[in-house]
Amino acid sequence: MKKYVLDLKVVSVEALSDKHVLIKLTDEKPLPEILPGQFVEVKVDHSPATMLRRPISINFVDRETNQLWLLVAMVGDGTRQLGKLQAGDTLNCMLPLGNGFTMPTEKSQKYLLVGGGVGVAPLLYFGKLIKEFGADVTFLLGARKASDLLELDEFAKIGKVCITTEDGSAGEVGFVTNHSVLENEQFDMISTCGPKPMMVSVARFAKKAGVECEVSLENKMACGVGACLCCVEKTTEGHKCVCKDGPVINIKQLTWDI
Amino acid sequence: MADLSVNIKDLKLKNPVMTASGTFGYGLEFADFVPLEEIGGIIVKGTTLEPREGNDYPRMAETPQGMLNCVGLQNKGVEYFCEHIYPQIKDIDTNMIVNVSGHSPESYAECAARVNELDKIPAIELNISCPNVKDGGMAFGVTCEGAASVVKAVRKVYDKTLIVKLSPNVTSIADIARAVEAEGADSVSLINTLMGMAVDIEKRQPLLSIRTGGLSGPCVKPVALRMVYDVAHAVKIPVVGLGGIQNAKDAIEFMMCGATAIEIGTANFIDPAVTKKVKDGMNEWLDAHGCKSVTEIIGAIK
Repeated sequence: MKKYVLDLKVVSVEALSDKHVLIKLTDEKPLPEILPGQFVEVKVDHSPATMLRRPISINFVDRETNQLWLLVAMVGDGTRQLGKLQAGDTLNCMLPLGNGFTMPTEKSQKYLLVGGGVGVAPLLYFGKLIKEFGADVTFLLGARKASDLLELDEFAKIGKVCITTEDGSAGEVGFVTNHSVLENEQFDMISTCGPKPMMVSVARFAKKAGVECEVSLENKMACGVGACLCCVEKTTEGHKCVCKDGPVINIKQLTWDI
Repeated sequence: MADLSVNIKDLKLKNPVMTASGTFGYGLEFADFVPLEEIGGIIVKGTTLEPREGNDYPRMAETPQGMLNCVGLQNKGVEYFCEHIYPQIKDIDTNMIVNVSGHSPESYAECAARVNELDKIPAIELNISCPNVKDGGMAFGVTCEGAASVVKAVRKVYDKTLIVKLSPNVTSIADIARAVEAEGADSVSLINTLMGMAVDIEKRQPLLSIRTGGLSGPCVKPVALRMVYDVAHAVKIPVVGLGGIQNAKDAIEFMMCGATAIEIGTANFIDPAVTKKVKDGMNEWLDAHGCKSVTEIIGAIK
């Protein structure tokens, strides 16, 4: 897939919580082909502490409006600067990067997409493409508390949404792996993105249940194209670059203790 | 349009801009972003005789105007390079240069001898300065005797252009440069990364898996310029300058301090087309200042 560096134009920046913003971008030309689970590396201006680009997963691609959405957690100076963008600004993006999630091959397949925190971001676009393909998609979204749940209305447009919160303020109480949907339904594929402890638990569940499972990793990276070898993850085939061979990796290839 | 061509012994560069090893992969990774044939030379990822897995993650930490890395020469070995990668890169219309590393003079020489057989690789850059591997690497680059021993062994088996990449983690880089010149090096490139450290105060742990790493990026440029100036005044062979170059102005500074060519490293991560921009910017500057050839500015600072 051809990669580009594009100065995308900011359409809107919406605060979804006190630490999350949804940035909608567009371009004069049609956006390039983008697979679900791929990411962009954005150049952050006005942040002296931020020299390297920041990898941000692609939240959604709307072909009708030619928009690309980025859901950003403001955790450091660089991402806080992204939150200050305004409509009309430009954001320099390298895209599309990485491999992406494995799409269903049969319409009879049932997919469970498990997201935690800002890790829900790539699941929205992925879920939309699964639905368009004709397979079944269920979302299982977890957060600490109800106000940390992101884009619930968008997810609900696509498929069934199951929720857990650690404090019980929405959905079932506990972690995603405590949700009753895991006991009551069977899935052909579990795809997950979120904090590593959550993904480890999900991977452990999937392995025990004998379900195919892919995780989306977010190791610290520099180049984004497999050149610098900084973001590696240990796999059964040696070190793999999360930016190029990932970010999506099947749990069978990981060396995690699951 | 000024003449941008420069020579490093028998190596003819169409312009002085090269890519620093480990920051540009094998070139192919950047082909979507920049016309590779417009780059003077592409120095590919460090290659060793045997495959290396490199160090554990985390291997990178961003620091003010720079970054630390401790990749540790991850590569699939010279045989894999010759069999699988060389066929993919040999027809790129620029100088494809292999960065060679090892753990003993013999292993450097054996690796260099294998690369010597490849028709379309006109030069190697000998890495005697990697700060991130225990068994060799920088160990050779920090003493005149160690540096000389590797160059001597490689010179016997390698008859094309031999560039030796020097470590800045030494008392006198000029002394090391003289030592490798005396053993027949055709050029020296400098600086490799400066050893550094970064800390996570909440975890009370280093941010890198092996505690230390090599510092690169704009923050090292003043140190690199001083060292290039020192070395250019200490040896007769051409000097290749690198360390924090982000734009044409930076590149021109290095050349005025005595560099015949330059390498761009960390800046490739921020702007994957930076090499072409530096080349074009140098040309514009030379035209604006009435220079017919880039060689007019080499060593302008006496």
